[in-house]
Amino acid sequence: MTSELDIFVGNTTLIDEDVYRLWLDGYSVTDAVALRVRSGILEQTGATAAVLQSDTMDHYRTFHMLERLLHAPPKLLHQLIFQIPPSRQALLIERYYAFDEAFVREVLGKKLSKGTKKDLDDISTKTGITLKSCRRQFDNFKRVFKVVEEMRGSLVDNIQQHFLLSDRLARDYAAIVFFANNRFETGKKKLQYLSFGDFAFCAELMIQNWTLGAVGEAPIDPDSQMDDMDMDLDKEFLQDLKELKVLVADKDLLDLHKSLVCTALRGKLGVFSEMEANFKNLSRGLVNVAAKLTHNKDVRDLFVDLVEKFVEPCRSDHWPLSDVRFFLNQYSASVHSLDGFRHQALWDRYMGTLRGCLLRLYHD
Amino acid sequence: MPGKLKVKIVAGRHLPVMDRASDLTDAFVEVKFGNTTFKTDVYLKSLNPQWNSEWFKFEVDDEDLQDEPLQITVLDHDTYSANDAIGKVYIDIDPLLYSEAATVISGWFPIYDTIHGIRGEINVVVKVDLFNDLNRFRQSSCGVKFFCTTSIPKCYRAVIIHGFVEELVVNEDPEYQWIDRIRTPRASNEARQRLISLMSGELQRKIGLKVLEMRGNAVVGYLQCFDLEGESGLVVRAIGTACTLDKLSSPAAFLPACNSPSKEMKESPLVHPPSHGCRSTHNSPIHTATGSRLTQNFSVSVPTLIYTGMGSGSAGKEGGPFKALLRQQTQSALEQRGGSPHRFCRRREFPFFTLTAFPPGFLVHVGGVVSARSVKLLDRIHNPDEPETRDAWWAEIRQEIKSHAKALGCHAVVGYSESTSICEEVCILSASGTAAVLNPRFLQDGTVEGCLEQRLEENVSTRCGFCHIPYDELNMPFPAHLTYCYNCRKQKVPDVLFTTIDLPTDATVIGKGCLIQARLCRLKKKAQAEANATAISNLLPFMEYEVHTQLMNKLKLKGMNALFGLRIQITVGENMLMGLASATGVYLAALPTPGGIQIAGKTPNDGSYEQHISHMQKKINDTIAKNKELYEINPPEISEEIIGSPIPEPRQRSRLLRSQSESSDEVTELDLSHGKKDAFVLEIDDTDAMEDVHSLLTDVPPPSGFYSCNTEIMPGINNWTSEIQMFTSVRVIRLSSLNLTNQALNKNFNDLCENLLKSLYFKLRSMIPCCLCHVNFTVSLPEDELIQVTVTAVAITFDKNQALQTTKTPVEKSLQRASTDNEELLQFPLELCSDSLPSHPFPPVKEHLESASSNSGIPAAQRATSVDYSSFADRCSSWIELIKLKAQTIRRGSIKTTVTVEKASPVGDGNFRNRSAPPCANSTVGVVKMTPLSFIPGAKITKYLGIINMFFIRETTSLREEGGVSGFLHAFIAEVFAMVRAHVAALGGNAVVSYIMKQCVFMENPNKNQAQCLINVSGDAVVFVRESDLEVVSSQQPTTNCQSSCTEGEVTT
Repeated sequence: MTSELDIFVGNTTLIDEDVYRLWLDGYSVTDAVALRVRSGILEQTGATAAVLQSDTMDHYRTFHMLERLLHAPPKLLHQLIFQIPPSRQALLIERYYAFDEAFVREVLGKKLSKGTKKDLDDISTKTGITLKSCRRQFDNFKRVFKVVEEMRGSLVDNIQQHFLLSDRLARDYAAIVFFANNRFETGKKKLQYLSFGDFAFCAELMIQNWTLGAVGEAPIDPDSQMDDMDMDLDKEFLQDLKELKVLVADKDLLDLHKSLVCTALRGKLGVFSEMEANFKNLSRGLVNVAAKLTHNKDVRDLFVDLVEKFVEPCRSDHWPLSDVRFFLNQYSASVHSLDGFRHQALWDRYMGTLRGCLLRLYHD
Repeated sequence: MPGKLKVKIVAGRHLPVMDRASDLTDAFVEVKFGNTTFKTDVYLKSLNPQWNSEWFKFEVDDEDLQDEPLQITVLDHDTYSANDAIGKVYIDIDPLLYSEAATVISGWFPIYDTIHGIRGEINVVVKVDLFNDLNRFRQSSCGVKFFCTTSIPKCYRAVIIHGFVEELVVNEDPEYQWIDRIRTPRASNEARQRLISLMSGELQRKIGLKVLEMRGNAVVGYLQCFDLEGESGLVVRAIGTACTLDKLSSPAAFLPACNSPSKEMKESPLVHPPSHGCRSTHNSPIHTATGSRLTQNFSVSVPTLIYTGMGSGSAGKEGGPFKALLRQQTQSALEQRGGSPHRFCRRREFPFFTLTAFPPGFLVHVGGVVSARSVKLLDRIHNPDEPETRDAWWAEIRQEIKSHAKALGCHAVVGYSESTSICEEVCILSASGTAAVLNPRFLQDGTVEGCLEQRLEENVSTRCGFCHIPYDELNMPFPAHLTYCYNCRKQKVPDVLFTTIDLPTDATVIGKGCLIQARLCRLKKKAQAEANATAISNLLPFMEYEVHTQLMNKLKLKGMNALFGLRIQITVGENMLMGLASATGVYLAALPTPGGIQIAGKTPNDGSYEQHISHMQKKINDTIAKNKELYEINPPEISEEIIGSPIPEPRQRSRLLRSQSESSDEVTELDLSHGKKDAFVLEIDDTDAMEDVHSLLTDVPPPSGFYSCNTEIMPGINNWTSEIQMFTSVRVIRLSSLNLTNQALNKNFNDLCENLLKSLYFKLRSMIPCCLCHVNFTVSLPEDELIQVTVTAVAITFDKNQALQTTKTPVEKSLQRASTDNEELLQFPLELCSDSLPSHPFPPVKEHLESASSNSGIPAAQRATSVDYSSFADRCSSWIELIKLKAQTIRRGSIKTTVTVEKASPVGDGNFRNRSAPPCANSTVGVVKMTPLSFIPGAKITKYLGIINMFFIRETTSLREEGGVSGFLHAFIAEVFAMVRAHVAALGGNAVVSYIMKQCVFMENPNKNQAQCLINVSGDAVVFVRESDLEVVSSQQPTTNCQSSCTEGEVTT
């Protein structure tokens, strides 16, 4: 006696959260059944393995049918085939678009192309996440990227509107899309200590302050093929950043800046002497990063540079985070007292974001 | 030109990409009705076209309006080649044809293609302007309402229940026409879908005409089925119960409906012309089942059963005493009607009712299940316009049912249904129902006051009245073991009661009920034509007998004494027959405690054997004890004095006087009760019997927190909360080997059903505590080695804590009531005596009128209707004689304990509706509930929008790509649900009640990577309002906030 056909269809589509998770995690039906057995469900419910197998198959089939709709979540809301309560729909979408920290760190800043997709095998081996799950996550990134790529307006809003994600997840996706678009390097060894959250935090600050959309200079002619408002950095701004070079190039200005900072921080900093000794190096590092951002390659290396030029030196001198904060605040603020420096607004736009990023990046 | 149909095509969405080059579609729409077609403009390059068409107007006869579906085809425009069809939508416009239902159909419909499934949606608006047609000879029957619900729909009151209506239409099956060889599968499927849609329209219209003829305005319990007879054609047939319904409009009358339905029903008198109710039976000559077989086709008559507990047979022609009673009552009924006696002139041929639930007091006695089967050889239908053969076949079966009912002393059959099973050219026709005596008082044309007066007594008496035997005690149609009713102590009751109806709401039940199934397979040799039919008909009686034995055993094992909702399906395949019986077992307080099951060995001398036997016996006893605990069956012991209380003499005498019924030959032959043994004895004389005992014990009870039943509601649970989940589950197994034995087959089948149930319990575990209601199993044998089981049911949650509270109060009330009852009941026999000697079993109308006066105004007499009891027991019939030698001997259990009247709780499940659920927060727009039940827990149905009756075919030539057979069918069923919901939503409704999947025919050919499936579903589209919402609304304003279409004022509280 073999079962040829075995289905269960509810007027309200049954969604088992546990099975959904197993499916999302890319387990085969057999593996999923084994995992469920291990969870002790048979003992709790008095069911048999055959029942579990049939149940798992059913859910997998349902998920498989739903997957097509999940690729365009608004379709899931408007489709008529599966009657699913709104709260469940939200759960399905949210979980489908959720990703693994380990996975996202591997692909963050990489081009979401076929080439990268081929590397998924390696990523799967490295992270222990099933290939299937890696593919889903990668495809999600790519899909979101494709959809919002050409769109105008707020990146987060666009994502939320087209994928119906929670605010939190939409922000994460905005960061992923932003990183993929600007191809920030995140994979270098010295960046390994950073979490996705760190990068996402930085991405958000950069989107808020460094992109075209940030300044609110929406192009008047909507047809003009302008850079995407939120995805691309404001080219003009990057160009202008060269002007900051004067802060380190002009020796007087640099000395004055240093003395202002040192005066203000004397006695307040545990690492004052180290700071004093390193000021010029640090300042040169930060200003040079800014000046170099006109080149795409240097944009990509932004995080490498920040870690090399600032985070690592400070860390090697064992600066506590509070001291870093004191320093950066003073370092940014003091520029306002430099009479010879004319690019105050530019400096604030640059340093305001960078300060936030650096503080976030500064940890072990 | 009595009607103008107006259609507007608004927009489409989610269309499929039809042009690979642009990834877009150039869609336009064809709107067709009858022979007229309109087209919209082509909307270029869009998957979400906005046509916003003008109003397409069709001027048509209302006859066409009823027959034809509106056909909407979405196509992709192609400049160079033929336009590609994207898909179709068929819209049944019938709901627009009667005034109270929907006024407009408007909404998103899934665009359906028989090869690709749903491909996007289309927004359509449909309206109908009807002109009144006073032509007496018209062919249309616009305005007759149809309901699938097998009880009086909730917001209506029955003025008259006219009785049985049936009709069938036949046609050639397009799939078997020559043209099918040259057309595409899509064209063939569409031809079929369209034809069936047309045929159901025509059928409905014809039934409507019959209803109008009877002066009714509605059909309740409408059941339409298809017989795919293959080469010989396509039969669409329908049965139903014609009624005259009145919309309940006064808020006062309406509200109680939701709080305690039974009460409300009593206020609205159910009326019923006595013609068919009690007398029509006698007008036509009685055909004995075997007597009049048609011979134009080969046909084999199958001995038929009357399930009265156990056994079968046609026997005594009528029960005297209550006939007299009936006459009395009918007369009183007539008088109260204030005379328009002409209504009673028309006599229906068959006093059948497809209803399964009745207003309290309507059902006086229940005799037992009557069923008839007949094996026919299909022959090409030569003249589709005169489907005489098929008509004759059914007429024959119905005649047989009627005579069986008579044998049980009953004048009517309730819970009546018909079905077929076809394999190649052999067809088994089956019909079954419950023989019953109905209350003639309901046969009147309602004077409300009269009914109000009688309400109280009626209420009380019906609690056990329906259990009382309708036949004459001294001339029982079969040997039955009768006892005095454990509730009233006045009348005789059988030890076991089998019925096809729902448990009456006022019946007193102890503990909870449970689903009981008997499953059986029988191998048969492959054969052709007559030989095959003969083989099948030879097997049938054995199957019926065994199914019955199994039911009986399982019932005893559960410690229960009655079955409700019994449905026995016999399915014929190439090389086997399958029998599946489902019913809901309960412990009726009025019936005696069932005896245990005793095992007897054939070879008493063998020591180890003895040991084995005693071991089995112990196991069985343990199981019974366990089940009693599980289902909370603890009937109180009755003290001796009560047991011994004598029945009033006069009554007995009256019975004696009246026994004019002759017992049939079969009866005399019957001797199944070997002495007066207490227990039900199973003789284990061979391995077969051993198997049976084993299989008895393998049925696993549902996990805790779960209950299941196949009736509308679960006896003993009365506090439903609002969460419901309707589902369909299908399983197909392939039998492994060639040399199958009956036992292996039985085991496979049994496992299949049990595993399916287990899976359901597991899947729905998040709903615990919950009950699976209306569990409906269907078995089919699509191929040689395939068994397909389809289950549709609804899981309803209930509140454990509330259950305790609710049961308390009714019990207390019943205490008081019961005592008063007794006194009044005593008067009844006297009353009966005075009216003794019904010289003629079916007295003319006038007589009724006269004697009615004597009765009216005497409450006791009225109560008597329900007090006369029919009983019921085990019996057998002629055919059993044939197989008497086989295995088990069945005996009826004796009384061990009795139930005191005081303990009876009058309404077990009648109350459930006032336990409304906590406000349901997740009510979102667009949600359409579906349920096989006639109600929605925690909600009130405010409007019936019309019947939903849909037929779909789905075919694939890429089975593997669609996820194999499971993927294919899963998607299809989901699509069917979606289309039903969309149609309901477009009618302005938010639920389908009395939903049923009548057919699910699945065929596959994995080698060719092909599969095909046909599904037929039906139900009633309704608007419901949550009771919690209702309270809010009522406290503010009398208007409702439900759907726009629901504008009825009666929602006011």
